[in-house]
Amino acid sequence: MSLRASSPAAAMAVLRRDLLLAARRPGEWLQPLGFFVLVTVLFPLAMDPEPSRLRMVAPAALWVSLLLASLLALEILFREDSRDGTLEQYALSGQSFTALLLAKTATHWLLTGLPMVLVGPLAALSLAAPAAAVPGIALALFLGSLSLSLIGAIGAGLTLGTRRGGALLSLLVLPLVAPVLIFGARATAWAIAGEEAAGALYLLGAMGVLALTLAPLAAAAAVRISME
Amino acid sequence: MGSIPAVRTTPAWPAALPESPWALQRTDNLLEVSQLHLWRGDRHLLRGLQFSVAAGQLLQLLWPNGTGKTTLLRCLAGFLHAEQGEVRWQGTNVEKDRDAFHWDLAYLGHESALKGDLTAMENLRLSCALRVPQKAERLRIALEKVGLGSIDPALPVRSMSAGQKRRVALARLSLWHARLWLLDEPATNLDAAGQAVFGKLLGAHLSGGGLAIVATHRAIELAGTANRFWVAPQEVPQ
Repeated sequence: MSLRASSPAAAMAVLRRDLLLAARRPGEWLQPLGFFVLVTVLFPLAMDPEPSRLRMVAPAALWVSLLLASLLALEILFREDSRDGTLEQYALSGQSFTALLLAKTATHWLLTGLPMVLVGPLAALSLAAPAAAVPGIALALFLGSLSLSLIGAIGAGLTLGTRRGGALLSLLVLPLVAPVLIFGARATAWAIAGEEAAGALYLLGAMGVLALTLAPLAAAAAVRISME
Repeated sequence: MGSIPAVRTTPAWPAALPESPWALQRTDNLLEVSQLHLWRGDRHLLRGLQFSVAAGQLLQLLWPNGTGKTTLLRCLAGFLHAEQGEVRWQGTNVEKDRDAFHWDLAYLGHESALKGDLTAMENLRLSCALRVPQKAERLRIALEKVGLGSIDPALPVRSMSAGQKRRVALARLSLWHARLWLLDEPATNLDAAGQAVFGKLLGAHLSGGGLAIVATHRAIELAGTANRFWVAPQEVPQ
C-alpha cells in the first residue's frame, strides 16, 4: 500500500501531537522552568549577596538547577503515553520506534529544555555574571540541555514500569550526566571569567552528538523492555 | 511436532467487495502459531499452543480469567517474547520482518490509547497520521459509523463516557486497514447499540478477508462468518 505514511512524516505527526497536547495543558511543562528559575533565584537569598561571591557560585547554581529541573521534566516524558497505551500503538505502527521516540524527546526538549536555555542567561545575570558572558552561557546551556534530554530519555524509558520511579530515575540518570555537568559548569565559569570557553564547549558538543546517535536507540530498547 | 490441527471452517465469501483493501484471495491460514511456550515469572502460562487462523475467520478466546488471554495477544503483537515456538504471518516468521507484520496488525488493548485533551477527530487524525493519513471526511464517516456522528465536535475525549471512548477506539480500528485484528475485551463498556456497532465492524472486516482474534468473556454471535471458539488453553480451538 503506497499510501503508508513515511517514517519522517510519522515522526512529524508525533511532534505535532505532543505540541498540541502541550498547548492544551501548559501547566505541566512550565513546572520545570519555574523550578529552575526559583532555585537560581534562591541562591542569592541564601548566601552573602556580594557580587564577586555570587559570580563564583553562579556556574554551580545554574547547572545543578538545570540538572534537577530536567530530571523533574523527564518524569513526564513517557508517563502519560505509557499509561494510556499510546506507546504500545507507536511500537505497533510499523514505523521506526526509535524515530517516533526521538520525535517525542525532541518535542520534550523544545518544551522544557529550550525555555531553560533562554531563561538561563537571565538567571546568570541575576547571579552577577557580566553581560559579555551571556552568549557563552547560552551556548553551554543549549548543548548541555540537549544531552540531558537525550540521555535522560533512556532513564525515563527504563523506569516506566516502576511505581514511584522518580527517585530511581535520579539515581540512574545523574551519574550518566555527570560529564555534562562538569563541562557545562566549566564552560560557564570560563565565560563568566571572560576566558576562552571553546574547549569545554567542544566537549559538550561532542557529548551532544554522541547522545544523539546512541541514546535514541537505547531509549527505544528501554521502553520496549518496560512494555513487557 | 506434528501438523497443525486442521480446524478450518470455510468462510462465506462475498462475490465482490470493491472497497476491500486486500485482493480477495483464498490463502488459508494467514496466521500460524506453533509450539508456543511462554513463562511469566515462574508460571508456565502458555504451554505449547498450536493453532492457525485463516482469512475471514474470527477466533474467540473464551479462556477463564488468569489463563493468559491477554498474554497470548500481547505475545502475538510482539510485546512479549515467547521462550519457544514461532508465529508465522503469511508463511514467514514475524520476527524476520516485524515492521511488515505490524503494518498488517491492529491491536486494541485494555487502554484505548486516546488522548483525553484532544477531541475525537484530533485523536483519529493524529493516530492515522502514523499509518495512512486520512482526509477529515473519512474520519467523520468513521465516527458516524460508530454512532458518534452527532457528538459535539469540540468535546474533548476526557469528557466522554467510557463507552463513547471505546467507540472512538473502534472507529480508529476501522480506519487502519489492518488485516489482522487483535482485540482484548473490545466490547467492555459498550451498551447494546455499541455492541451491535462492534459486531457490524467486525463482520465487515471478516467478510473483506480480514482476520480477528478476540479475547472476550462473552461469546460474540456473528452470522455468516467463520466463527471459532476456543474455550480453554489446553483444548484445541473449535
